[in-house]
Amino acid sequence: MTARVGVITFPGTLDDRDTQRAVRAAGAEAVPLWHRDKDLHQVDAVVLPGGFSYGDYLRAGAISRFSPVMGTVIEQARAGMPVLGICNGFQVLTETHLLPGAMLRNNHLHFICRDQKLRVENAATAWTSDYAQGQEISIPLKNIDGRYVADERTLDMLEAEGRVAFRYVTDGPTADGYGNPNGSLRDIAGITNEAGNVVGLMPHPEHAVEPLIGTGRTDGLGFFTSILKKLVNA
Amino acid sequence: MARVVVDVMLKPEILDPQGQAVQRALPRLGFEGIADVRQGKRFELEVEGPVDDAALARIHEMAETFLANTVIEDFTVRVDEAVRAES
Repeated sequence: MTARVGVITFPGTLDDRDTQRAVRAAGAEAVPLWHRDKDLHQVDAVVLPGGFSYGDYLRAGAISRFSPVMGTVIEQARAGMPVLGICNGFQVLTETHLLPGAMLRNNHLHFICRDQKLRVENAATAWTSDYAQGQEISIPLKNIDGRYVADERTLDMLEAEGRVAFRYVTDGPTADGYGNPNGSLRDIAGITNEAGNVVGLMPHPEHAVEPLIGTGRTDGLGFFTSILKKLVNA
Repeated sequence: MARVVVDVMLKPEILDPQGQAVQRALPRLGFEGIADVRQGKRFELEVEGPVDDAALARIHEMAETFLANTVIEDFTVRVDEAVRAES
């Protein structure tokens, strides 16, 4: 049986088709889901793709959080279903409080678009098991609201529990664009919930699954093969 | 019709680069003496019916769950008395 991975489209979502493609590239079945539909159509996992859901009006991710589909996603995520939020999807996950903290305008106020080096800090989540702890990957980053913030207590808790899933690699050459791209506290690029089934990150693994496009590498494919492996073994 | 104003501001400890950018531009424009600027959001709600305690409680709940993200923002709710007096 093929694993079914749902990809939600909100009004203003941009990366749903790329995400569906990435799911298929990993060998799973991509199931398009619509924001107004409460039904998840028996998917085994859900990806919230990047874009500008509801135009990012009010705050990035704030309005989508109350869409009919998210009611079901929140319920299922709490019950253990794997959920990945990429960029705008990560913003939606913080607004739902499935993940702690919040996302704010980049500290330099500019939209940024570049290849970004990340370090995998937690290779034990549902979406990262095909990576090695400490592995460095390069995937595209593109956002204006990418500054991760949380209070000190929350940050300490995330560190202590190993829930910082990805960090921006800031010790590389800065001239060609490596480094903390947005002022995220403690260089956090992605985090996971306590159970490891919900993961959010700002850069875009779905844009780096084929050598022909994106970074010219396939560093992002591991997200989608990780979840497939988990679902098939489950 | 009465008006209720909800002001939403980033918490004091959260960096506000937009406010800082405005503050840095002020001396260039000849406006001296402003030590700090923080930028927020103001919502003006035109409320049908009386703005009693129950209505204000509903608006407070609305601000807390939707208009503000209380992880990063504080908010205040107040009735615009000038608008109420007119109606």
